[in-house]
Amino acid sequence: MTTLDTTAPKVVKKTNNSGVLGDRIFKGTAFFFAAMVLVVLFGIMLLLLKEAWPTFAHFGFGFFYHSEWDVVNNQYGALVPIVGTLVTSLIAIVIGVPVSFGIAIFITLMAPNWMKRPVGIAIELLAAVPSIIYGMWGLFYFAPWFANSMQPIMTSTLGNVPLIGQFFQGPPIGVSIFTAGVVLAIMIIPFIASVMRDMFEVVPTALKESAYAMGSTTWEVVWKVILPYTKAGVIGGIMLGLGRALGETMAVAFVVGNSLELNTGLFYPGATIASTMANEFNEASGLHMSSLIALALILFIITFVVLSIAKWFLLRLEKVQEGSKT
Amino acid sequence: MSKYQTRKLINYFNLVASLVVTALGLFMLAWILSVLFSKGFQYINWAVFTQMTPPPGSAGGLLNAIFGTLVITFFAVLIGTPIGIMAGTYLSEFGGNSRFSSTVRFINDVLLSAPSIVVGVFVYTLIVEPQGHFSGWAGAIALAILVIPVVVRTTEDMLKLVPVQLREAAAALGAPRYTVTLSIVYKAALSGMITGVLLATARIMGETAPLLFTALNNQFWSSNMNEPIANMPVVIYQYALSPYEDWQNLAWAAALLITLSVLTMNIIARYTLKGSSSR
Repeated sequence: MTTLDTTAPKVVKKTNNSGVLGDRIFKGTAFFFAAMVLVVLFGIMLLLLKEAWPTFAHFGFGFFYHSEWDVVNNQYGALVPIVGTLVTSLIAIVIGVPVSFGIAIFITLMAPNWMKRPVGIAIELLAAVPSIIYGMWGLFYFAPWFANSMQPIMTSTLGNVPLIGQFFQGPPIGVSIFTAGVVLAIMIIPFIASVMRDMFEVVPTALKESAYAMGSTTWEVVWKVILPYTKAGVIGGIMLGLGRALGETMAVAFVVGNSLELNTGLFYPGATIASTMANEFNEASGLHMSSLIALALILFIITFVVLSIAKWFLLRLEKVQEGSKT
Repeated sequence: MSKYQTRKLINYFNLVASLVVTALGLFMLAWILSVLFSKGFQYINWAVFTQMTPPPGSAGGLLNAIFGTLVITFFAVLIGTPIGIMAGTYLSEFGGNSRFSSTVRFINDVLLSAPSIVVGVFVYTLIVEPQGHFSGWAGAIALAILVIPVVVRTTEDMLKLVPVQLREAAAALGAPRYTVTLSIVYKAALSGMITGVLLATARIMGETAPLLFTALNNQFWSSNMNEPIANMPVVIYQYALSPYEDWQNLAWAAALLITLSVLTMNIIARYTLKGSSSR
């Protein structure tokens, strides 16, 4: 930067002094604010680490694997919220990925042209609905419906399967880890589906047509041509959805039941990191507060890693596509 | 069954499944919106816009919460937009593919999807705790942090769409770099940049988690940003989970209002974006 300025011809400085100065100020300001994005990230990390330190110092590594969360006796272990966060997000991915895949196939390959845009926008509007609305709908409409109609069916069928049967047990109250997972699935579908759709649309037509010409069915084109071609992008989209699901707060706080007991049954109420924070933060102080901030730090690091992986996959695909264009 | 028939059957089954899940997705949107309209619409009346949030068990309105949400959102956008635009400008106009701007781009994309509740905790420890009280400013700053990544991303994308020849033509006339950016590039990318700001506004208007730890809530009228200030999302959260019927009804009315504003903004944003890209 400085070397450029010194080698600039002196004539320019004489004739257009204000321009050079203005340029420097403008570029400097832009640089300052770009750097601010980094400062925000490191600020979050450092400040949370500082506030969470008393917890890590007090409980040590045990904070991660102890399951009791006892406000009265000031004993905190993060196992239940961590497991709850991972399990609800896993359910969301298991349900959300096939559905998003189907939606992306429908929009790119099946829908007539006049239908593509409206359906695409409608699905994307699902992402615009505020998370608290999902919470209200989930608590007052979805959870009761699920407890009355779906849950008995699942318990009497899947519940009897050996090994996985124990997961499909629980009281018929509607608010549970599983309900939270389903609501999360609906919330992340638009993100995954729109990434998949964008990916599918850039697959070169020649590739698809060659496969059709060889006698492939539409499904075979999807499975053997489109999917391998867009693999990295699809994984990136899924990780992006996972990142969203992990940190989702309000919807989960409404439907997860907020119980900090460890159960194997998915139909029992549970808690996630975010829901625990939403519930307890404003009444917390001292070590309790520090433990909640420690939870926030854990959540931030998990989502940071997941989103970084997502970004890495998406960048890789961009590079592949740029390479194939030239 | 011949192999050909099996292949056709698999194809048929999977395509029908795609159709079914798309219908399911659309049904979910319809279900949520119909619930919102049927529950929310009946409780929207004049009092909602003229009266304050009531004490438990009595009727009232949402005036202070609507006002609070507008004020907090306004300041959040006011703080976040310039930062986002300048950072996006740097990435597009000056940064190129240097290591610094690649890092900023990467971190920005991560922040774009970072959990909003963590931002709430961050602002709590940064501002609320040292000050000793919740405040509207803390809420606005928390939301501004959520605005920045959205605006950075859209600004960079929109500025990159402006043809290089336009910049070169202006530079050839002797315009300094900042004039080129401010009066040529910005002008060409204006509608796209506005879209970004609209999308960011729509995103933060319904955000609840960060406000819970920053602006909190206020049952009374307050226009003082240094105090806790009422806002729609937190009112919805507290009233929906309360045992009082009046409060729950107000929560539904508030939910409908906030969703309608957010969806409207989204559709307007998409419409402007479509207009600018087809031009």
